[in-house]
Parts: sequence; C-alpha cells; structure tokens
Amino acid sequence: MALKDLFTKNQPKKKKYATIPTEIAKHDVPEGIMTKCPSCKKIMYTKELVKNVKVCLHCSYHFQMNAKERIDSFIDEGSFKEINENMVSENPLNFPGYLEKLEKDRQKSKLNEAVVTGMGTVNGQKIVVAIMDASFRMGSMGSVVGEKITLAIEKADELSIPFIIFTASGGARMQEGALSLMQMAKTSVALKRFSNNGGLIISIMTHPTTGGVSASFASLGDYNFAEPGALIAFAGRRVIEQSIREELPEDFQTAEFLLKHGQLDAIISRIDLVEKITNILEIHQPGGEIEW
Amino acid sequence: MVGELEFERPIKELRKKITELKEFTKTADVDLSSEIVKLEGRLEKLEQEIYENIKPWDRVQIARLANRPTTLDYISYLFEGFFECHGDRSFGDDEAIVGGVAKFKGLPVTVIGHQRGKDTKENIRRNFGMPHPEGYRKALRLMKQADKFNRPIICFIDTKGAYPGKAGEERGQSEAIARNLFEMAGLKVPVICIVIGEGGSGGALALGVGNRIYMLENSTYSVISPEGAAAILWKDASLAKNAAETMKITAPDLKELGVIDDIIPEIKGGAHKDVKKQAEGIEKVLKMSLQQLLKLSEDELIADRYNRFRTIGEYTTLKDYIGVN
Repeated sequence: MALKDLFTKNQPKKKKYATIPTEIAKHDVPEGIMTKCPSCKKIMYTKELVKNVKVCLHCSYHFQMNAKERIDSFIDEGSFKEINENMVSENPLNFPGYLEKLEKDRQKSKLNEAVVTGMGTVNGQKIVVAIMDASFRMGSMGSVVGEKITLAIEKADELSIPFIIFTASGGARMQEGALSLMQMAKTSVALKRFSNNGGLIISIMTHPTTGGVSASFASLGDYNFAEPGALIAFAGRRVIEQSIREELPEDFQTAEFLLKHGQLDAIISRIDLVEKITNILEIHQPGGEIEW
Repeated sequence: MVGELEFERPIKELRKKITELKEFTKTADVDLSSEIVKLEGRLEKLEQEIYENIKPWDRVQIARLANRPTTLDYISYLFEGFFECHGDRSFGDDEAIVGGVAKFKGLPVTVIGHQRGKDTKENIRRNFGMPHPEGYRKALRLMKQADKFNRPIICFIDTKGAYPGKAGEERGQSEAIARNLFEMAGLKVPVICIVIGEGGSGGALALGVGNRIYMLENSTYSVISPEGAAAILWKDASLAKNAAETMKITAPDLKELGVIDDIIPEIKGGAHKDVKKQAEGIEKVLKMSLQQLLKLSEDELIADRYNRFRTIGEYTTLKDYIGVN
C-alpha cells in the first residue's frame, strides 16, 4: 500500500445518490425463472416458454432463438453433427477494433461466428442445415458466414440431401467491406449449382432477416418461409422513411406484409415447424410407391 | 461548379497563371517565354504528383462527378447498332437500368448497365440511377435472352445502390437482387462486368456476377457508401472521408483483396476529361477478355464464374473450439 492510499481523499468515491430503476428495469423480471412477453406483457415460467419452443403461451409471440435452441427444437435429438465449427474471421481490412469486437461476441454468445452449420435428421430425414445466430455481431455476414454457408451447400450437393437455412441477420458485415458483399454472390453461386443438380433448398426467415442476407440466400429457396412477425427487409425502415418522407404502414416489412405481397410461400408457426417441414421433405423424397 | 475538385485546385491555379502570363506577353513588351517554359515544366510535375497520389476520398469525388461518363456514353462509343429494349414484361420499365442488343466489333452482344442522369430532370426520370425490382428483372430478362442466343453479356455498374423505398420492398427488392445473383451464376455465355462509377452494395452486385470484373481506376465498389459506413460505425456521417479509406473501396484496394480482376486506367484527371479516349481503354480490355472467354465451353464458363467468387473471403481455423454440441 502506498502512503497516499491512507488518505481518504484518494479513495474511490462512494455514490452519494440513490439509484432509481429505469422504466425498463422496473418491468424486468429476474432472468431465469420467469419471462415477460414483450408483445402481450404477460409473465410466464421460462421453463414452460422453452418447452413451448419459445413461443408465448398467451399471444403466440415468437421469441428470438439462438442456434443451440434451434438445433434442440428442430433437429432430431442426438443427430446433429456440426461442421466447420472452428472457422473464425480475420481482419482483412485491418479495421480498428474489429478483432476485439469478435472476441467479445465469442465470449458472450459462445459461438465462433454468426452461423452454425451441420448435418442432422428431421423426423429421420437427412438434411444439411445452416442456422444463423443474431447474438453474434447481429448475425451479420462476413467471410466466415459466407464460407460456412457455401461449404454447407456444397456438402448437401455432395450428399444429395436437402439444404435448409434459418436466417437471422442484420445484413453484410461492415468491417469486412466488399468481401462481405461478395459473400452474397458466393453463396448464390453455390446455391445455383446445387439447384441445377436437383437439390432442394428451403429458406426459413426468422427475426430479423435484412440487407445482404435477405438479398441473397434467404430469398433463394425453392420454398421461402418465415416465422410469424419476423422483420424481413432489404432497406432499413428509417432509411425509407427519410427518402420518401411519409409514414409507413405498421406491418411494413413483416413476414405478414411479405406474404401479402407475394414474397413468401407461407408463414409457419414454430410450433408446427417440424411437422410442416417434414411434410415438404416427404414430398421431395425420391422413389416411393404410387398406390393406384 | 461541375467538375470542380478540391484536390485539383493547385493544378488549376498554376494553369491559370500560365495562361495569364501568355496573355500578358502578347500585349506587353517583355519576353517571359523562359519563365513560361519553367512554369509549364512545374505544371507537368505537379500534375504527375497529384494524379499519381489520388486519395480514396478524391476518387469518391471523381466517381460522383455529374459529368462523369455514364453507361449510355460508353455504349455510343463502344458498340454499333445498339438497340435498347424496355420493360420487365411484368410490371414496368425502370429507366435506372438500360439494356439492349448491339455489336462489338462485329460480335453480337447484350449490353446492360445502371443509368443515372446528368442533370436534375434526367436524374428524376432515371431515379438517380437507383433501380427498383423491375429494373433488375428487366436486366435478368435480357440476360436470359442473351443466354438463349449465345451472346456474351457486358454489364456496366454505376449506382449508389438499389433504391430504398416502399414500392421496392413491396415488389421484392431483395428477391430481385438475389435472383440475379443466382441466375447470373448459371449463364452459359461470357459475362464481363465493368464498374464505371459508383458500385453501391447489393444494387451494384446484382449486375456484377461475371467471369471478369473490372473497375475504372477512379471508380468505387463497396458494401455501403462512405457516409453510411461513417454513420453506422462512428455515428457521424461527416467522417465519410475516413470511412472511404478504412472501407477499402477503391480499385487498387479491391484488386488486392481479389474482388476484381483488373483496373482499367483512366486518362489523367478522370474519365470525364475525354470520354472517347476512355472508351478506347475499355475497348482494349473488352476485346482481350472476350477473346479469352470465347474459347471456353458453356460448362467451363459456369465453372470459371463459380471459382471466381468461390475463392473470395479471408478466414482462419481455430484449434480449440468444440462447437455448440
């Protein structure tokens, strides 16, 4: 201890004021036991919510899901085998602070990047799946996301099995500049080859799917589905409001809006997702006996 | 003033001085010719120095000049018998994209490009070169036509981006762009893309999935405008100049990153100084790349395009991560 530390003047100051919880904090329920629905404001047991695939028990609001939860709820138990899990970003533009941001998100999300890819089965049917996770850099697409998705598509092509992608992304990753932009082309080129070889592509857009991701693989499914209420957009709402100077409808750029404008095959509630996707996969099964 | 660029000011001032001196010697009875020669030598040196060290932000300014040559300017110099085709056959004709058929040195080709205006009136008609979905769908329709008749496709890229608007979202801006990326991958004919001005994000890329991608020396190609990047990253659009450097949006930067194949040199000071001469530079590159690509079979062309994009990106692999399971 240095001499100066003995004097109170040098001690860290104690807060002299009382803290008033913010409006948000007041409504917050301790993380873990209970969860409050941001839509209907009702409170429910987290355990029950998770059991209900994170769909609100009262109003069917779809909470965001991370990749792990998605695997648990969509893929047959124990069947998932992750591929290319160790791929990580570099800093191709030497962008200040980028590597630190990646490291922080790696700690926070326990993921190496914004997409998890692998193989598994859905009701016994083999698929290759790519699941984006918005908790890592807002699900933005840089070199690694583009590469992992491309490798997954190539895997599906090699194995001649369907490719299913769950999208959740803020768009292209700024910090990798034009390399991020080019991942849109890379993934689309891979999908085209897979498609020409007869591959089945199913895109399931979840909240939020925007920018470069919505303008590439998310829109390129043989089937384009979305979860209820998901934000799906090319340009940001605020950008549009500024450029056209008029207020936009409330449901603008939601899954429901897209369905109405002919951009989606269907909106599928998470509760029915496995059943509905199984249905599609069965229709695409080769062979099968005709019973007439 | 049109064509007025900050970094060119010293050149302009010196040139003005020389002209003044020349005028002066005409009327006055003094011989300043040695002085003039000296100054002219200095001007040459200064020009060289300035034009060889153009900063990214200066290039952004050149790329955005109102009088920078557009797609239609180059078409008139490069092709014979250009016939413009309108409309996407389903919604309308988006004049922010032009396209049609023509001949390049006797070879039938399809030419498509973003088209901005040079004055306010034309810019309103062309929506400042920012396409709606029907523009991209028109482009795709013309590419499919080229594919059918085995004509090479030449795309000129020059847009701030796809238009961010209500109508665009309703009609599927995302899908239109995505569809172009997807379908361009499968074209059985050579596709050559040249960025001639601004290459803004997905709206530029939707004409950009080619076997060869070139950029004019002072053009830019980026995931977001420098202003947009500065606003998002540093919450201050006035830092656009920094963003232009950090984001690596110039031709030399993108060549290094492997995003483009080569740079087409511009004439001193920028393409706008002499469109005809600039078109000659483009012609040379077009001829060379067409000669190479026309040797490839349909499958080879598709594979070539696949590999062109397959290799873009930088990443590495960790040893000690166990995955989500």
